[in-house]
Amino acid sequence: MTGAAPIEVRGLGKRYGEILAVDDVDLTVESGDVFGYLGPNGAGKTTSLRMMLGLIRPSAGSVRLFGRDPQLSVAALEGVAGFVEAPCFYPYLSGRTNLELCAALDGPDDGAPARIEEVLEIVGLRDRATDKVGGYSHGMRQRLGIASALLRQPRLLILDEPTTGLDPGGMRDMRQLVRDLAARGITVLLSSHLLAEVEELCNRVAIVRRGRVAYEGSLAELRRAAGLSYRLRTTDDERARRVLAAQSGIAEVSDLSNGGLVFKAAGEGAVAELSLALVESGALVLELIPRQATLEDLFFQLTEDGATATPDDVAAKIAQVPV
Amino acid sequence: MAGVLTIYRWELRKLRAQKRTYLGLGAAAVIPLIFVVALVTQGGEPHDVPFGRYVHQTGLAIPLVLLLFGLLWMFPLITALVAGDIVAAEDRHDTLKTILTRSAERQQIFAAKTLAAASYAILAIVITGAVALIAGILASGFNPITSLSGTRVSASHGLGLVGASLLAYLLPILAVASIAVFLSTVLRNSGAAIVGTLMFSLLLQLFDILPGLHGLHPYLLSTQFNAWQGFLRTPVDWAPVVRAIWVCALYALPALAAAALVFLRRDVAGE
Repeated sequence: MTGAAPIEVRGLGKRYGEILAVDDVDLTVESGDVFGYLGPNGAGKTTSLRMMLGLIRPSAGSVRLFGRDPQLSVAALEGVAGFVEAPCFYPYLSGRTNLELCAALDGPDDGAPARIEEVLEIVGLRDRATDKVGGYSHGMRQRLGIASALLRQPRLLILDEPTTGLDPGGMRDMRQLVRDLAARGITVLLSSHLLAEVEELCNRVAIVRRGRVAYEGSLAELRRAAGLSYRLRTTDDERARRVLAAQSGIAEVSDLSNGGLVFKAAGEGAVAELSLALVESGALVLELIPRQATLEDLFFQLTEDGATATPDDVAAKIAQVPV
Repeated sequence: MAGVLTIYRWELRKLRAQKRTYLGLGAAAVIPLIFVVALVTQGGEPHDVPFGRYVHQTGLAIPLVLLLFGLLWMFPLITALVAGDIVAAEDRHDTLKTILTRSAERQQIFAAKTLAAASYAILAIVITGAVALIAGILASGFNPITSLSGTRVSASHGLGLVGASLLAYLLPILAVASIAVFLSTVLRNSGAAIVGTLMFSLLLQLFDILPGLHGLHPYLLSTQFNAWQGFLRTPVDWAPVVRAIWVCALYALPALAAAALVFLRRDVAGE
């Protein structure tokens, strides 16, 4: 099944009694993506990831990893590695022994012993490899989780909030590691509730809220859809307000508390014409600054109300974001 | 793809790294030692127990008396200690997700775990039998033994019969192990699975002494713990041994099948 997308999820749902933890999720992760699965805690991210890894049976829909169904056989996990929630190991075995166990479960492979040393080196656990995992810190377990995933030489890496619980240094190292792996051509699906993290690492995102995907697409597109607003300060704001009201392609004019106005423009042309009109009216421009709607705003907008959104819907929503 | 044998070896390695394993095997070794030491130092002999009066005449009687004593709680407890934990331990450490996202199918992991629990139970019986024989022979000598039918049996023949008895004793123990594996899989909690297995054993013994249930008697698991006595008759009485084989299978196989079904279908979700 070459050519099939690393992850193809269609109509995925999971019901626990009355609660729909995951509701009709569609997403496609293409080869080479660093895909951010973004949502607040409790949005059903981990449950989705567990279904993708074959740990949980979906109540509805399907998962295909490189075209294969992880519900049918663990063979679908060939070339796939990762972890959900905090990676867990046998506390009474050493870090290295745990990796040896994982390698043994991956099937016979003469290259495994050398690779164990290699991955221990990559995650910086070589010095503590003979210590029992029971004595490891959370960060070390997290790194051992990455090591055990890399051991499988994955083409697709599924990581559930890999930086959660790490100190700032650990978070930086983890993000650098994800970047390095992506640079090596590994497709990554990364769940996170941290927008900055996804913004830093991912080229595409799905934003989930209450089990549903509220947005799926590229970050650039999301940003573009978020649109531009402008901040204007002039020598005479009263006059400027009248000019703005009369000008075509200008909307949603409002006052800023610290003086000045804010508005949305249909395009740069409209802004250029506006500047000329302002000067002609006698309101001289002191500041005319484009303001990018932050993804933070967008994220809250998408996760707090509204259902599935297209980029156009998102643009409409952004219009409501207070600036 | 990993093979069952590889996973089984790793299950054994995990058992070797856990204290509870040595607790059970230690008990299997120490209890016969204590018994023999008590016999030597205190004199006297267990009354009202088959072979009890021969314990000072031949070491071969010692493991047989122990099998009669061990019946009530000792071997089910030692067996349940590990078998009741074999799946639940993965829930306790949340490691099922770790091993199920490699290249091993669930049925392979379940098979390996069942084999490991059975191996441990076998080892516990072998240890008890070996320690009891060696200590018993040192204390009371390697002498002929009188069978339940009153015939004298030579020491070397008697040794063979003791070995066969230990094997027959394994049948109900493996059924207990299967039930412990089932409870471990379903309850996902080793404490509950161990206690549950013991409760099950005790309940069956209650059935044993309840009036009006005599018809059931041959088919109770507890009855099968005495099947080995067939070997100590002259000639050997195979009927209880043969019955033990199929009755124990009737307890073990449905328990294992149900456990396997649960294990294959369960959601591996966090707490």
